[in-house]
Amino acid sequence: MQKRTLLDGQQFQITIKRLCHQLIENHTDFSNTVLIGIQPRGSFFADRVQSELSQILKKKNIQKGNLDITFFRDDFRRKDGILSANTNTIDFIIEDKNVILIDDVLWTGRTIRSAMDALLAYGRPARVELMVLIDRRFSRHLPIEPDYIGKQVDSMNSQQVRVSWKETEGEDKVILISESTK
Amino acid sequence: MAEEKLSTRHLLGIKDINRNDIELILKTADNFKDVINRPIKKVPALRDITIANIFFENSTRTKLSFELAEKRLSADTINFAASSSSVSKGETLIDTVNNILAMKVDMVVMRHPYAGAGQFLSKHINAQIVNAGDGAHEHPTQALLDAFSIRQKLGDVEGKKVVIVGDILHSRVAISNILCLQKLGAEVMVCGPTTLIPKHIGSLGVKVEHNLIKALNWCDVANMLRIQLERQDIKYFPSQREYAMMYGLNKQILDNLDKEIVVMHPGPINRGVEITSDVADSKQSIILEQVENGVAVRMAVLYLLASQRD
Repeated sequence: MQKRTLLDGQQFQITIKRLCHQLIENHTDFSNTVLIGIQPRGSFFADRVQSELSQILKKKNIQKGNLDITFFRDDFRRKDGILSANTNTIDFIIEDKNVILIDDVLWTGRTIRSAMDALLAYGRPARVELMVLIDRRFSRHLPIEPDYIGKQVDSMNSQQVRVSWKETEGEDKVILISESTK
Repeated sequence: MAEEKLSTRHLLGIKDINRNDIELILKTADNFKDVINRPIKKVPALRDITIANIFFENSTRTKLSFELAEKRLSADTINFAASSSSVSKGETLIDTVNNILAMKVDMVVMRHPYAGAGQFLSKHINAQIVNAGDGAHEHPTQALLDAFSIRQKLGDVEGKKVVIVGDILHSRVAISNILCLQKLGAEVMVCGPTTLIPKHIGSLGVKVEHNLIKALNWCDVANMLRIQLERQDIKYFPSQREYAMMYGLNKQILDNLDKEIVVMHPGPINRGVEITSDVADSKQSIILEQVENGVAVRMAVLYLLASQRD
């Protein structure tokens, strides 16, 4: 198994800061914009963005929710094993809000499709944008493109991109894992 | 994604499933409880599944609850009530169900007046079967939703003391509840007149008490059952009035206990017999929560079973 680091240390922090400034450019003071992290791993990213934004804007009440997409997936009964769900925590109204969907890695786009379906069960947002930390480009199954990208990578289907977070894994890092061919 | 799985293809009774299965169902029901409290109460998970609800016996709650659960999961449903069908023309159970399955049905939810009907059917047909009550045998989804409601109200089922009061002899709810609560680590007692307590109930590891007040003082939760007059071919007690005086739960009894207990009832209630109106509508009663939780628990059961393909 080979591992290649895509992002870590200072570069990781700079990327997150840059993404936050891009958000501010379009959404100014976040009075009508909410962040929604896609469960489970996108919510860590959303947490980080929320705390970074409140530091930059000196504002405490930037709204953030977690969205679980399990019951909206298109591979139920097509894969072995049960898809077990995570919690939804969206304790605000998304009707007529600008929603930033946040996930760590964008690959086939199927998760985002499910997320858009799941999101609509909470109301009709004014606008939905997509922010991802890693965009595995040229591998989409659906016509979905992100609005904010941390880093684009070229990868093969057999490879895996793994994002770890300081809060949960002890380190901010993105690695690309390839199964070694023997 | 965690690779959790039910250990069974059908839900025929609590007897056939283990503690992990029960906990997986309750955990999944938490997620569905969240779904049914959203503005749009529907998820597309079971959109390519057809479920037949086959009811050979009357039902309000269970039938509506299953149907709603199926619709909230986007499954296609067909309903069948024996009273308005060809069963009255002499068709057998297997023939009836095979005809329904010939219309390409993936899952069968069945209620039947005879114990073991679901078990029997599972040996002869291909579809997955959910038992919605078979005679005086089992009613697994009721037990699961009762456990879910206790867990929601008291935080946990483990270590809690639950008394089941009433017609234990004819009750499928009682048996399923006893098995389910015991598997989750609760202590169970049954209480009722001697004639309505099965002789060997002690072999299930439950306590037996004939004095209602003593039973209530012991428990954290009291599950009051209805007297199933439709299943009683002989008289088991002198009169309903006497039963109500000996085993009916009223506000005065409830207020005189040294602690506040939770009151449950699987429905349908016979107000004034096993429970008085002021108790049924009091804040200690979680009867309507049980009904709400029923939909979430049944969604979880159907979802988890559906995810097992052959």
